[in-house]
Amino acid sequence: MFVIYIKEIRSFLSSLIAYIVIITFLVAIGLFMWVFPDTNVLDLGYANLDPLFFIAPWVFMFLISAITMRSFADEKRAGTIETLTTSPVSDLNIILGKYFAGVTLVLFSLIPTVVYYFSVRYLANPVGNIDSGAILGSYIGLLMVGSSFVAIGMFASSLTDNQISAFIISSLLCFFFYSAFDYLGELNIFADLDYVISWLGMYFHYQSISRGVLDTRDAFYFLSIIVFFILLTKTVFGSRKW
Amino acid sequence: MSVIVDHISKIYGEQKAVDAISFQVNKGEIVGFLGPNGAGKSTTMKILTCFIPQTSGQASVCGHDVINDSMEVRRKVGYLPEQNPLYLDMYVREYLMFMASLRQLGARSGSRVDSMIERTGLTLERKKKIGQLSKGYKQRVGLAQAMLHEPEVLILDEPTSGLDPNQLVEIRSLIRQIGKDKTVILSTHIMQEVEALCSRAIIINKGKIVADDSIAMLQGKLGKSSRLTVEFRDPVHSDLLKKIDGVSQVDSLGDKKFALLGSPVDRIKEQVFALAVNQQTILLSMQEEEQKLESVFRELTQNAPVTSKKVKSK
Repeated sequence: MFVIYIKEIRSFLSSLIAYIVIITFLVAIGLFMWVFPDTNVLDLGYANLDPLFFIAPWVFMFLISAITMRSFADEKRAGTIETLTTSPVSDLNIILGKYFAGVTLVLFSLIPTVVYYFSVRYLANPVGNIDSGAILGSYIGLLMVGSSFVAIGMFASSLTDNQISAFIISSLLCFFFYSAFDYLGELNIFADLDYVISWLGMYFHYQSISRGVLDTRDAFYFLSIIVFFILLTKTVFGSRKW
Repeated sequence: MSVIVDHISKIYGEQKAVDAISFQVNKGEIVGFLGPNGAGKSTTMKILTCFIPQTSGQASVCGHDVINDSMEVRRKVGYLPEQNPLYLDMYVREYLMFMASLRQLGARSGSRVDSMIERTGLTLERKKKIGQLSKGYKQRVGLAQAMLHEPEVLILDEPTSGLDPNQLVEIRSLIRQIGKDKTVILSTHIMQEVEALCSRAIIINKGKIVADDSIAMLQGKLGKSSRLTVEFRDPVHSDLLKKIDGVSQVDSLGDKKFALLGSPVDRIKEQVFALAVNQQTILLSMQEEEQKLESVFRELTQNAPVTSKKVKSK
């Protein structure tokens, strides 16, 4: 697993994907956070990072799909999957190696935004008047959303040998699991079920963690999503043997 | 026995790619796997390397079953897939180091990689990206990768396709060198290659083995039956030629020119001459064609029962 992990990280770095993803993420988030009139913290009047935590999942939806789209699609197209799977490594090791490489990239794109926390903390009146607990919770939530997106993206990539298809499927699935349930819950026909339906979506749990309350149920929800998609990926990946 | 294949079949949907084939390969043998495109060569190789499982039958490599003991098989086998897939954005040495760690070579990785780079003549290219290499050099990287962990069995799917004649000679001598103490199974379309490299050939057609014999035996079997092209001055009816003792087939190449197949060739020659005298015509030419492995291949895989039915021993 470690061998695959290192190889994936190296290929992120050598193909410039890592830099492009991190820069794009930071530029997009930076603009929303500090520049755009309706969303910037300065005009908002509250010393928090809400714009960051609101926009980041939407940016991740596309960026993470872009990171993961090649993970299996490219290997299948180039045929390198054959050398990989005829080496003495199990399918699960290959998948986990690639998965953790993706999560690492997400983590590294989030780390620079910690600077925002200190900036806002300094700008607050009085200085340091900021809800650190809620922000820490939101970071954990965001990392969980990102990790789930990586699992979804890998699954999408395992379905096809075309990167564009993988990207589109992945973005769609990410969107669906992130917020579609929340919107569906608002439909009148689900009058009594609205809570249950929005509970199925990531947004519900992300919000809950963002309040700074780390509930094991929310953590368990994200963990199940990740495990579920990794197992799906394993099934699809193993389907060459059917 | 290094490789034992016992009644293996592989069915893709409706199509039978491999149909109950069986063969064995001894340690130290270089076996050529021959067959037209789509005959089932690659499928058999993919089964032996644990990439896909067979539908029925059993296969084992060095005593390990390819399904139940697949990890052990993967450790013992070096595999060069068809089309030689490589990570084009990796550097030669980086790629080989990656493959070495995948194969769990540990501390030996560095020295094994360097010695393979030297043996495959990649020393000058080791710092280049694989995508920048020419086809021949890519093929060497693929071979280096397959031999990195000193596998007991080497399975090469068309190792020399697309190489120029010089590279061909070099790669062949490399394979021959390795084949001294390793078991090698290689597939190819090129007959000279089998003649030059292999001690034995397995010819496969439409998923079935049509011949499995040593090269010398395969050539010898055909040596007995030759192709004789004869030309007369006047038209001769082909039925007369068919009546000749030992002639198994007559192909008309015109009403005066015929190709005869049969054995023993010396007796046929005499009789053809006698026939010409009988018919009061003149024999203009008589040419004996040497039947090489290429003809054996064509014969066995084109469903034209030309000489003997099946060349098979054991």
